Amino acid sequence: MSLDLLVAILMTVAGAATPLLIAGLGELVVEKSGVLNLGVEGMMLIGAVTGFAVATTTGLPVLGALGAMAAAALASAIFAFLVLTLMANQVATGLALTIFGTGVSALIGAPFVGITTPTFGPIFPEALTSSPLLRLVFGHSPVVYLGLILTLAVSWFLARSRAGLILRAVGESDTAAHAIGYPVLKVRYCAILFGGAMAGLAGSYYSLVLTPMWAERLTAGRGWIAIALVVFASWKPGRMLAGAYLFGLVITMELQAKAAGFNMFAPEVLAALPYVATIAVLAIISAAKRGGANAPACLGKSFRATA
Amino acid sequence: MGAAARAPRLELKAISKRFPGVVANDHVSFAVPAGAIHALLGENGAGKSTLVKIIYGVQGADEGEIAFDGERVQISSPREARALGIGMVFQHFSLFEAMTVLENIALGMDEPPPRRELEARVRQVLDTYGLSLDPYRHVHTLSVGERQRIEIVRALLQQPKLLIMDEPTSVLTPQEVEQLFETLRRLASEGCSILYISHKLHEIKALCQSATILRGGKVVATCDPREESARSMAELMIGGSLKALSDKSGAAKGEARFVVASLSAPGEPPFGTSLKDVSFEVRSGEIFGIAGVAGNGQNELMAVLSGETGKGVTGSIHLDGAELSRLSVGARRRAGLASSPEERNGHAAVPAMSLADNAILSARSRMGLASGGVIKAKAARDYAAKVIEAFSVKATGPGAAAGSLSGGNLQKFVMGREIMQNPAVLVVSQPTWGVDAGAASFIRQAMIDLAAKGACVVVVSQDLDELLELCDRLAVINEGRLSEPMAVKGISIERVGLLMGGIHGVGQAGAKPEAGVRRPTADARQPEPAL
Repeated sequence: MSLDLLVAILMTVAGAATPLLIAGLGELVVEKSGVLNLGVEGMMLIGAVTGFAVATTTGLPVLGALGAMAAAALASAIFAFLVLTLMANQVATGLALTIFGTGVSALIGAPFVGITTPTFGPIFPEALTSSPLLRLVFGHSPVVYLGLILTLAVSWFLARSRAGLILRAVGESDTAAHAIGYPVLKVRYCAILFGGAMAGLAGSYYSLVLTPMWAERLTAGRGWIAIALVVFASWKPGRMLAGAYLFGLVITMELQAKAAGFNMFAPEVLAALPYVATIAVLAIISAAKRGGANAPACLGKSFRATA
Repeated sequence: MGAAARAPRLELKAISKRFPGVVANDHVSFAVPAGAIHALLGENGAGKSTLVKIIYGVQGADEGEIAFDGERVQISSPREARALGIGMVFQHFSLFEAMTVLENIALGMDEPPPRRELEARVRQVLDTYGLSLDPYRHVHTLSVGERQRIEIVRALLQQPKLLIMDEPTSVLTPQEVEQLFETLRRLASEGCSILYISHKLHEIKALCQSATILRGGKVVATCDPREESARSMAELMIGGSLKALSDKSGAAKGEARFVVASLSAPGEPPFGTSLKDVSFEVRSGEIFGIAGVAGNGQNELMAVLSGETGKGVTGSIHLDGAELSRLSVGARRRAGLASSPEERNGHAAVPAMSLADNAILSARSRMGLASGGVIKAKAARDYAAKVIEAFSVKATGPGAAAGSLSGGNLQKFVMGREIMQNPAVLVVSQPTWGVDAGAASFIRQAMIDLAAKGACVVVVSQDLDELLELCDRLAVINEGRLSEPMAVKGISIERVGLLMGGIHGVGQAGAKPEAGVRRPTADARQPEPAL
């Protein structure tokens, strides 16, 4: 295999991993605060279509990504209001959010099917990407670097910052946090909004960078992989990075196998590969840890303030 | 300044607080001098907690004023209380299980310093007061005494001038209590005032120089506990003479009726304690106590004895020779094994259902409250009414919702429901937890009466005083292992305390530590060397 091809493959891995990483980091923060938001897929689709619409209309992909974050955060605000203020069931509401996002994105996206959008330019000068090895370091989309920076930022935030400590405390014992005097619901609102913005950014990566076009159900269930990755990562940002790149590799293998004319199985079998891997990973982890001993203790529970 | 130095640290003047239908505090006045250990004494519902909440700024008073170091103050939030120099150690800890000691301390402070500095300050406080605690341990691996130390350190870091301790010893071993008292005496000698809330009279006699006794929201007496007898204070507290329990001599003479042998069971995830080779025998007419600090396998033992847990259980449970350990809860009840778990609301009784319906839940087969799957509503109402009558439960009738009863009354109903089925064995957990003294005494007498009729009674309790008063023999559960039983007459409190603290092998053969299988907590629960 030539060096060029190898570098191309590795760059595809980074590309496939980045949206999983970003959406997964968002969901990780949400779950650390004690909320389970199963609406990641829906928020990603809303982000994807909004990003595409804004970018094609204004011609500015950066504005598209920001719009995607805002739109998905808005969708997550609806979720937050339902599960926090109205104390609706988090699982059911999250599933509803995914269905809602799928429908709304198809509706908004209808006029945009079949056209292309401007995408992000390289951030490093061309001289730096002349050789394959340099390209591997400097040749990615800016969002790929953003994903790595976010991993460090979230990791530092949760482990070292005071706000992160309070967020973990709220997810660990909402009643104790409330008794000490921390605003449990406010913390959870913030976490959910952050998770929404991250899902939106991840979604816009599909419509603006990976396949600069819009199609219905563009994210093809990747939001579910992001949720599974949170468990895979045992709620740790560093492992989230490893997990996302591992799944990026699986997704790339599927594409490469198809491109190489590997037709021992039907193409549908290959396409199912990442999802089969998701289920396998979850099953192995649950068996090894008896249901994820590292999970935040209040995950998925509603909180009602008393006294 | 001179006047302020002589003024009491805390002075309450005619504090009143009303809730709809109740006067929680009625013109309460008392003063705590600097460096004094002052007791606030009273039954549940006497208004102690409301008063403390007012002092700590959780609630506001309707009338009256508070003076701190001679100056009139308005305390409208815990934050303001802390700023004044008031620290508080709560009865129920606000701790985060999956986080470290240091993180928990940081969470409890308004403006924590950076981690290194905080760690240095925590270690300094620990050294100064001879407390032992590892700042990097996770809370779920700590014993209750160690958890309380976190709360104390949290309060001490703010260098309080007044420390409020709310029922601090209810879950400690006797040795841990003594250690706590040493810390408190030392704090007081440095000028910190301590307001000590409790209903344990001998502790107050040992620790406090003055006491304010509350009853029905009013101050009924202020006294020097060292000069009062426990009995005189108790009578002031309940406002009547204390009825002594009837003598239980003559009971406990039959042969072993209820025999539990080599019972083992896995703990409840995520932090449960597994039962390890638990064996004991209870004779006819005997009351058998199981002492221990919370979380040492009591809940698991209750679940295994009642039949709620069957998975992974090995060993045997015999009643009058019949083996029960493979039977369901209902079958065990039919065989004569009744049980009453620790949690009244939601475990022993369904809060939203009527007392009659709750009676059906546990008494349907023994009392014939249902036949062929059909409920006999009249029989259920009659049975519930009988329980209400016999156990003087304050309720509007069999139709009252269980959740509408006060804790003490619901506990009386639950106990009555089981006892009036005439069980051969009654297994209860924490029968008088959070129950007022009158109801507690009634419930204890009912258990003594049941035993006098030849039944076996097993009482699981964290209240050692209760077990000493009630039981013929008791054993200590620690880390899921049960010690050899000891006769209560002439028992060594020190040895019970050591067993509760996890010292195995003190002249006792029941516990065989499995090499290498002990959880890290086992080591952490070794008592520290004396201060």
